[in-house]
Amino acid sequence: MVRLLRFLKGYEKESIIGPLFKLFEACLELSVPLIMASIIDDGIKNNDTAYIVRMGGLLILMGFLGLVCSVIAQYFAAKAAFGFGTALRRKVFETINGFTYTELDKIGTSTLVNRTITDITQVQSGVNFGLRLFLRSPFIILGSLILSFLLDVQLALIFVAITPLLAIVIWALMRFTMPIYKRAQGQLDKLALLTRESLLGVRVIRAFSRQEQEIKHFSSENSTLRQTQLKGGSISALMNPLTYVLVNIGILLLLQQGAFAVNFGRISQGDLVALVNYMNQILLALVALSNLIVTVGKSFAGAVRINEILDTAPSFSSGNKEAFPKAGVPSVEFRDVSFGYGGNEVLSHISFSVLPGETIGIIGGTGAGKSTLVNLIPRFYAPTKGTILFHGLSLEQWDFTNLRRRMGIVPQKAVLFEGTIASNLRWKAPNASDEQLWKALDIAQASDFVKKLEHHLESDVLKGGSNFSGGQRQRLSIARALSGPSDLLILDDSTSALDYATDAKLRQALQKEKQPLQTILLVSQRVACVRNANRILVLDDGKLVGFGTHKQLLEQCPVYREICLSQLSKEEVEQG
Amino acid sequence: MKRKETFLRLIQFLKPYWTILALSLVFAAGSVALTLYAPILVGDAIDMIVGPGQVSFSSISPLLIQLAIVVAATALLQWAMALCNNRLVCNISSQLRQQSFSHLHQLPVGSLDQLPTGDAISRITADIDQISDGLLLGFSQLFTGVATILTTLGFMLSLHKGIALVVVILTPLSFFVAGFIAKYSFRYFQQQAKVRGQMTTLVEELVGNQKVVQAFCYQKQAESRFEQLNRSMQQCGMKAVFFSSLTNPCTRFVNGVVYAAVGIVGAFVALSGGISVGGLSCFLSYANQYTKPFNEISGVVTELQNALASAARVFDLMDSPAQEPDSPKAMELKNPTGQVALEHVFFSYTPEKPLLQNLNLSVEPGQHIAIVGPTGCGKTTLINLLMRFYEPTSGSITLSGEDIRHFTRDSLRAGWGMVLQDTWLSSGTIHENIAYGVPNASREQVIEAAKAAFAHSFIMRLPQGYDTPIGENGATLSAGQRQLLCIARVMLQRPSMLILDEATSSIDTRTEWKVQQAFDALMEGRTSFVVAHRLSTIQNADMILVMKDGIILEKGNHQQLLEREGFYWRLYSSQFAHQE
Repeated sequence: MVRLLRFLKGYEKESIIGPLFKLFEACLELSVPLIMASIIDDGIKNNDTAYIVRMGGLLILMGFLGLVCSVIAQYFAAKAAFGFGTALRRKVFETINGFTYTELDKIGTSTLVNRTITDITQVQSGVNFGLRLFLRSPFIILGSLILSFLLDVQLALIFVAITPLLAIVIWALMRFTMPIYKRAQGQLDKLALLTRESLLGVRVIRAFSRQEQEIKHFSSENSTLRQTQLKGGSISALMNPLTYVLVNIGILLLLQQGAFAVNFGRISQGDLVALVNYMNQILLALVALSNLIVTVGKSFAGAVRINEILDTAPSFSSGNKEAFPKAGVPSVEFRDVSFGYGGNEVLSHISFSVLPGETIGIIGGTGAGKSTLVNLIPRFYAPTKGTILFHGLSLEQWDFTNLRRRMGIVPQKAVLFEGTIASNLRWKAPNASDEQLWKALDIAQASDFVKKLEHHLESDVLKGGSNFSGGQRQRLSIARALSGPSDLLILDDSTSALDYATDAKLRQALQKEKQPLQTILLVSQRVACVRNANRILVLDDGKLVGFGTHKQLLEQCPVYREICLSQLSKEEVEQG
Repeated sequence: MKRKETFLRLIQFLKPYWTILALSLVFAAGSVALTLYAPILVGDAIDMIVGPGQVSFSSISPLLIQLAIVVAATALLQWAMALCNNRLVCNISSQLRQQSFSHLHQLPVGSLDQLPTGDAISRITADIDQISDGLLLGFSQLFTGVATILTTLGFMLSLHKGIALVVVILTPLSFFVAGFIAKYSFRYFQQQAKVRGQMTTLVEELVGNQKVVQAFCYQKQAESRFEQLNRSMQQCGMKAVFFSSLTNPCTRFVNGVVYAAVGIVGAFVALSGGISVGGLSCFLSYANQYTKPFNEISGVVTELQNALASAARVFDLMDSPAQEPDSPKAMELKNPTGQVALEHVFFSYTPEKPLLQNLNLSVEPGQHIAIVGPTGCGKTTLINLLMRFYEPTSGSITLSGEDIRHFTRDSLRAGWGMVLQDTWLSSGTIHENIAYGVPNASREQVIEAAKAAFAHSFIMRLPQGYDTPIGENGATLSAGQRQLLCIARVMLQRPSMLILDEATSSIDTRTEWKVQQAFDALMEGRTSFVVAHRLSTIQNADMILVMKDGIILEKGNHQQLLEREGFYWRLYSSQFAHQE
């Protein structure tokens, strides 16, 4: 948390003025019982009406000054907190944008979203409350203690005894209830999980007539949660009565001892009233402090998670060169490349080269390393061993932006963004004309359904593309990659939701429209998708076990033959 | 109006607990009265401590003893009240959760298909939590608050009418001030909520799909779009927080004014002998007590409003109509022969979009039916109708000549074995999952089914074999392994009819081979409907239904359909279309 405070930079003035004015306000507040005491002792006892009016006016003036101080404090605290939050959000967002896939995989994108939104908001409100209240409550407690000492040292000892006791009771109750509430949260998550399961598995549950058991299961988890909540609730139910009793013990002692003090003339009647008031104020301040600790505690947890992001440095960085396609120079070349996530080797010793203009199929079972292989080419990941060259230039030297702009990439998961069809397609080429977009849609076999939409290219795309079917999303994400020129087109198993006929048409269109030097990499699990490629790379368990034409591989590569036979009949395998 | 109904309905849930509720109210009233009585005793005591030599020790002691008793009793009552409220709220929220969850299982599959999963979950968890928070605060603060205001007023009036009047007139001021600020800052809060919503969407999209952002070098645009929202967030967020944070200082100021006014007026009244100094001290603490509920009330009201909004969402879920129960005359389906017929079946999910149109089909026991066709042709709809997850709009489906609506749903579904494409497993052990349909199956039976489904060998390689817990929806297993478990689950059930939905994306070759063997073993001698993606399944089927746009376009076996050179032939040959 402390380390994050550097984001208050530029708001130093605000972060000092805020608490300072809070302090002023606390001073004013502390003086109220003293003024009241003098009204009682001097005004009422001496029958001095002018004095009473003067002091009453002073009370109101103090209240007003307190209001002004407090408004100033709140303003500067809010300004500093939001300046802090804004700077922090910007930094976190930029840091994430600088990550490579390695860091994204390690941290996980869904938690990155939570940290950017929820955690920063929590830290921000922690800073806001901290600036406003962190000094105030301790100051009121301390001030009340000091003033009680000034009024009477002996009676002040009662304060010295009661205040820590109050603090201990509040602390102990929080200490006991926190883990219980945490457990309750865990049990609530369990219920959410059961609900999710029931919703997703409704067909299976009903097919096996298991509704009763599912309800019983939920019921037992639900009653566990109820027990936990009851337990937590009965402990926190002690908070009010216990603190009430403690404060009133203090008041009882004050009255009892105060009676002697007044009798001996050590203090006045008004002083006693003031002391009783301070006792009540300490309780209020302590309760406020305990609420503050909860809020700040939450923001500390958030701060730890945010620091994790800020402390993560990209594991490799961009070069500054670029290169251009040339006939004869391999478009993509792997030289003894190995790659692993953590200690797990996913690709081992891969070497091959692809000439400009070739269409290459990449096939293999789940976990064979197909996606990993194509993800290495735009340098989303850096290989653990070996070198990859694009247009003859090692990827380490390539500038990331130039490298990726030269490629058209269709990721495995078809992701669309909120906006319109056109705004999505223009991700690849911000200045593409409408004709270019239609051309891309044509090739991707998407123009038919886009034409059926009311606003064509300007039709809305909802968040995540949820208003399109899986197959339509895939085709739009292919069109996006085709909307601008590229030297290398990578399709990572991106037609799985299309039926065979559409898939085939798409591949035909791709071949027809492709530039002579444009290289295409087609990743698929379907033999039918890759069998007509110029050459096919066969991966098995991270190793390159075959590279050649369909015919050659059928004869020479047992893994490829096995894959073919599992998907096609014998005659089909041998035909064309 | 709607809010009132929701409120009344929520009140209904209190009925079974009326004793606890009544106790809580009694305790609350008692603790309020005693809390307010304490300052009187303190004031009386102070009156006995006037100055040097003017202290009446003999009268102080009984007062202090009384005070001690009152304080102890107050604390006990407060505690008892909190316990009652806690029990009340825990019971109600637990009951709400249970009822809405049970209701989910009463809903027709069609309604559930339309219910967004996340939304339903948040209703059962977050919304009900909100209700219990609101109720707890409502019980513990609203009632005591009102009681405090009324009782304090009574006490103050009995002490001195004039000073009481000052308090009564001035206090609502803080209420108005708070209301004014709330109204003013509400605008900014709305703005802030809007910007936050936009920002969340943007971050979810751009950070959630960071890989795509990087693939298209979109970082700069992303950053500038983010910065724009970030700035407007700073603007309106700061204002919203600042203005709303004025509530406390302002009400504190108003309270300060009330306090000062009581002090001045009280002092004058004391001068004229209207009240004692102790009475004044008592008044001062009442002035504080009286204003407190006014300050808290806006918070409580907001919390209650949120709770009511949540309650409306929960009741909404509970009110969605349940499926029609089985008719009392419904029979148990026993040992179906496997003869299935569809007669003039029409079906549509929405009236505007007719899907299945006049479907006719007759299947003999033991026949294998493969269903093929492009996406959206109605393949899965057919499954929904056979399992009676949905009801046909018109026409009938019969088993051995008897309409399926004449059977109980449970027995009808027990007659079918079903393996779907998305392999759903429950979060139990391997054994529990295989025995899902036959919960009392012995380990031997489970192993036998697993062996028949070619799942035994991989299960034995798991750390705890059949007792390995499989995590949420089988997250620890591969897609192929999950599918094998689903097949084993049906193997154990031994139904006479099958519905199978083959997976489109293939798994690794060796598991794929096993899955295919398992499917074949399963289909042996059973009537089966297979939504087919594999050519081997299609070629071996007794009958292939080629569906397109909800009608059966072609019907026949592989050879017959190829010879016809129709849609099937085109579909079939498209896989081998040459790219030239």
